Amino acid sequence: MDTYKVAEEVPRSISMRILEWPAAGWDFIRRWPVIPAAVLVIFAIATIFTELVATDDPNKQNLRASFAAPTWNSEYYEKNERLERRYWLGADQHGRDIYSRIVHGTRVSITVAFAAASIGMTVGVWAGIASGWFGGWFDEIMTRFVDVWNGLPFLLIALVVSITIGTGLMVLIGLLVMATWVGLVRNIRADVLSLKTRDYVASAKVAGASDFRIMYRHILPGVINLLMVLASLRIGGLILAEASLSYLGIGVPSRYPSWGNMINDGREFLDTAWWVSFFPGFCIFLVVMSFNFVGDWVRDRTDPRLRQIR
Amino acid sequence: MLRFISRRIATIVISLIGATIVVFGLAHAKDDPINVFIRAEGYAIGPEQIVALREKWGLDRPIVLQYLTWLSNIARGDLGRSVGSNRKVTDVLRERWPATMQLAIGAWIVGTFVGIPLGMLSAMRRASFLDYVLRGFALSGQSVPGFWAGIVGIWIFAVWLGWLPVPTYYGRVDASFWGQFSYFVLPVAVLAWGPVAGYLRITRSAMLEVMDSEYVKLARAKGLSYRRVITKHAFRNALIQPLTVSALLLAGFMDGAVLVENVFVWPGVGQIAVAAVNDNDFTLLTGIVFLFTVLYLAMSFVTDLLYVVIDPRIRVD
Repeated sequence: MDTYKVAEEVPRSISMRILEWPAAGWDFIRRWPVIPAAVLVIFAIATIFTELVATDDPNKQNLRASFAAPTWNSEYYEKNERLERRYWLGADQHGRDIYSRIVHGTRVSITVAFAAASIGMTVGVWAGIASGWFGGWFDEIMTRFVDVWNGLPFLLIALVVSITIGTGLMVLIGLLVMATWVGLVRNIRADVLSLKTRDYVASAKVAGASDFRIMYRHILPGVINLLMVLASLRIGGLILAEASLSYLGIGVPSRYPSWGNMINDGREFLDTAWWVSFFPGFCIFLVVMSFNFVGDWVRDRTDPRLRQIR
Repeated sequence: MLRFISRRIATIVISLIGATIVVFGLAHAKDDPINVFIRAEGYAIGPEQIVALREKWGLDRPIVLQYLTWLSNIARGDLGRSVGSNRKVTDVLRERWPATMQLAIGAWIVGTFVGIPLGMLSAMRRASFLDYVLRGFALSGQSVPGFWAGIVGIWIFAVWLGWLPVPTYYGRVDASFWGQFSYFVLPVAVLAWGPVAGYLRITRSAMLEVMDSEYVKLARAKGLSYRRVITKHAFRNALIQPLTVSALLLAGFMDGAVLVENVFVWPGVGQIAVAAVNDNDFTLLTGIVFLFTVLYLAMSFVTDLLYVVIDPRIRVD
């Protein structure tokens, strides 16, 4: 016992402590999603304070600056002295500033993804709760419907919709909602089935609570944890889906700058102007990766049982 | 077993009918379905012709009757004629099908034979540097937009380094083996990246679970070597999960193929699907939707069967 005490009391020299810092830092980074969170904060700032972060008009054309190179290519800017300014990440074929378009595209992409996620989550969670709570024929129909819906190829249905209904922001959000809510039903329903048998639910029933009240006051709080996990895992996929649809020309209308649209703009000019496609795609990658990282972390933190879900 | 199979087949039929209802409903979703087939204002079609076309396509009949006629046509394998090219949709699909299949199978092979071993490795070297690298790779594979990865791949390997051909027409330029093969490298790699990541994650978690189980502990306790425990006890049981999702992943390639084929100008089904949107070719697109739906359902059927065959613990009832 004494020996341990002595060992503990040995004062550590400052140099030893400095040597320990990197290890402690690594430990901290391993335990908390520091880097992904930082990335998300940056993009959140870009979403909220778009006009302050990028003061240029994302749609302002300047044909003289068509395919202007990124700012570190000083050779280009020396050759084109008549350009009145430098383009930080270059410019596209119409001479629109890529940086500014990316920042404004952040707002569009993130807003669409969050709108779709929140509507989809609400619909999905209520469908799941109702399906689990009522059971019977309602449950049967709901389960069948989810099965059928899961079997449909999402991208192709989106293409069909673009012919029959057309394209636009609302259609896009509607499609993403459709893709989101079915994914929740099965997981939520399974949880509701076990919550249903709890004593407090039974006592609420005996006390005369209505179906809706039980679902809202007693079941919903029980699945909110699971919902948060599913949401954080799903949001990255939604951003990817939005970008894919925009890339195919059936997502965000081309008058708005969005990441998918920008990649599509630049694909023909790869050999001369790689920056047009590269930077927006890289932003998608960063954001989706960060969301997935945080999602994984939330899942492991709250409920290790869910590790199997994607 | 027989009861299980017949129940699954019934589910598949219900799902297929559901898919037809969705597509049929979409055609009637907005306004007059004739606008799905023609853009009257665009093609200078007069009102008499619209009446004639409506009669020809049976759009003047009751909606239920229309649906049933359409359904019986599909059941007989008649998907109608493509509006854009006036060819039979089945012929177009038959012609385009092999190119898509080559991509999907190539990516499936790469995904399985790279993803599963990497997942094993990641689990066996848990919490090592290698494990972190592999998990980072898996996470990036699920986060990268496939079409962007394709574009960047073309930029790096075809435009910049010049190692691989710039994708245009595959199989036309160079008849040598490498000449043919080189066209596959990038599309397959891009298409397989996500699935490799998926396999890696699934295999890793399955392997970790198995390594933590009682029978593996027993095998270790009775003195078997690490290698023997892995190959004889852990590996086989950990394979159940990745193998059963593999069929579903193959179906997932079909969706990815739409994007990848467009990036690489690959003459497959996915490419004409997007072209069909520009041509306003509803019949062709419907045919493609059905093809993919049938494939997906067939794959999930195979998955369910695999579950039962591989894992005897699952009771069928």
